[in-house]
Amino acid sequence: MSENVLKVENATMQFGGVVAVDNLNLEVNEGEIVSLIGPNGAGKTTAFNVITGVYAPTNGRVYFNGACIVENFPHGKMKKLYQGEHLGEYTSVKEPTPDKITQMGMARTFQNIRLWKSQTVMDNVLMAKHMRRSSNLFSATFRLNKREEEKQREETLDLLRIVGLEDVKDDLSTSLPYGKQRRLEIARALATEPKLLLLDEPAAGMNPQETIELTEFIGEIRSKFHMTVLLIEHHMDLVMDISDRIYVLDFGKLIASGVPAEIQNNERVIGAYLGVADDAED
Amino acid sequence: MLQKKTKNICTAAALVLLAVVIVCVGQFTSSTSMLRTVLQLGAIYALLAVSMNLCNGFTGLFSLGQAGFMTLGAYTYAILTIPVESRAGVYYLYGVAGWLEKLELPIPVALLVAGLVAALFAFLIGLPVLRLKSDYLAIATLGFAEVVRIVTASSPLNRVTNGSLGLTMIPGFSSYYGIFAVVILCIAIIVLLINSTYGRAFKAIRDDEIAAEAMGINLSQHKQMSFVISSFFAAIGGALMAMYMGAISSTTFTIAVTYFILLIVVIGGMGSVTGSVISALLVIASREWWLRFLDQPMFIGSFKVPLLKTGFRMVVFSVILMVVVLLFRKGIMGEREFNWDGIYSFFKRLFSKKKSGKGVQAK
Repeated sequence: MSENVLKVENATMQFGGVVAVDNLNLEVNEGEIVSLIGPNGAGKTTAFNVITGVYAPTNGRVYFNGACIVENFPHGKMKKLYQGEHLGEYTSVKEPTPDKITQMGMARTFQNIRLWKSQTVMDNVLMAKHMRRSSNLFSATFRLNKREEEKQREETLDLLRIVGLEDVKDDLSTSLPYGKQRRLEIARALATEPKLLLLDEPAAGMNPQETIELTEFIGEIRSKFHMTVLLIEHHMDLVMDISDRIYVLDFGKLIASGVPAEIQNNERVIGAYLGVADDAED
Repeated sequence: MLQKKTKNICTAAALVLLAVVIVCVGQFTSSTSMLRTVLQLGAIYALLAVSMNLCNGFTGLFSLGQAGFMTLGAYTYAILTIPVESRAGVYYLYGVAGWLEKLELPIPVALLVAGLVAALFAFLIGLPVLRLKSDYLAIATLGFAEVVRIVTASSPLNRVTNGSLGLTMIPGFSSYYGIFAVVILCIAIIVLLINSTYGRAFKAIRDDEIAAEAMGINLSQHKQMSFVISSFFAAIGGALMAMYMGAISSTTFTIAVTYFILLIVVIGGMGSVTGSVISALLVIASREWWLRFLDQPMFIGSFKVPLLKTGFRMVVFSVILMVVVLLFRKGIMGEREFNWDGIYSFFKRLFSKKKSGKGVQAK
């Protein structure tokens, strides 16, 4: 189990009577790039939010580096409403807030870019370094942490150099073109020094050229930072190109998993995307 | 772009100029001069505005509790510093509580205690209230301020706060420079904080809370921090106000005071310290001084100018505020700080415009 960087075990997320994620099991091993795909509304982003602590799952567990970080079971109102499986298997509640989970070493980007808009490119990355500070309020205010501050700035510049944003470091983050904003968001996530990077539709709204560049970029990040990556994506070219393994979700349920070649030829996956099988069965 | 050295010289020159103005006013004007009033009151309001800006402009917490924390600060300061020999006179109606009778602290200690008391209250109030967002937070803090104001005037506290009679004989700094020293020190600390890594975290929360949390910034802890520090300095501002006025009562710091400070912050620009300072001085100067003539009847020859009578000043003042807000949607400074590059490019543009204007005329 300790080889898994991330392991999601029997996670179910239910909102009222709607089961958004149904009994999801997922593993990400060290150094892998794993993709989570599925049609619109399949529950991919919800799964992401469960992993990163935005939502506590209704039932199930999440392990990170072998340690259980999130656990929940249906209680309160949900006790009656719960429609999923594995009831009674989990008995304790662990609901860390997203910032705690990021501190453990998981960093994410967002489907709709969420940069700090009034700040420069440099400051965006620098702000993400706040979490790894050792200074307290007093030492930071009275500049007793000069060495740390300088180190943070140097690391930020290094990071910007690696992602190719050094020349625009003093520009306002929102003045960047779309593709570069995506890059900046990834750089910002990297600044929190994660072991696992979660990318929520990094190629959304990108043209083919930008998508190719992004594919290369994600590959570069993996090799340079020895990063493990879990990503949600709709661009099949990108997914098939860089993924080591793929999980496919449909209506909250996992319908297939495997290496890209297997997924490409899986009939259930094709059915879920094109919606052919349903009519024939009726 | 100017060189860094030039900029530093300019900043030093500006600071020296400011010091010279304060000293000149202190040396060459009488103690009742309008210039003195404006500078001192302006300085106090600058501190109050900057402290409010820390919470509202830099962290994005729309808090309206300023008057409450000022009341706490002012009362704490007053209770701790009224000279022992004049206590009996101040508390002539209800008498003074036993533990207070012999208690008199030096001014700097009392200022610090005033800030700490307000900070403690802010911490306790912040625990439940800071879970709220935007308007709801505003309403909750507004309610808190009102509760503080009413409780200070309530009868169980008569022997401590002197009930609705308020406190008088509040001592101030013997020197005219005292207030400026405190204000400059406090604002300097706030500026240092804003430019530190914690200040960056505050701005991250303001710009996008969800992203800030996802990047590992503990929201509740940082909001609490900003709220408590802001209240600490608001209380010191309140104490300075008590010092300046010499007498306070529960009606001194009403909701209107909070709105007045909010107005200074908005006009200066949410998220700009220099904006708040400049705007505090301008607003106080125009309210207290420049518009005074509107309150007196004026004659041009034998013609009496209509409308000019006591109170008309405030009408004009309000109209000016509306015009300013319409023209500068984000305040005078917006989110930017004062910098010499901005001034330089402004004059450059002005100059080149004149030049091109002349060029056209020559043709």
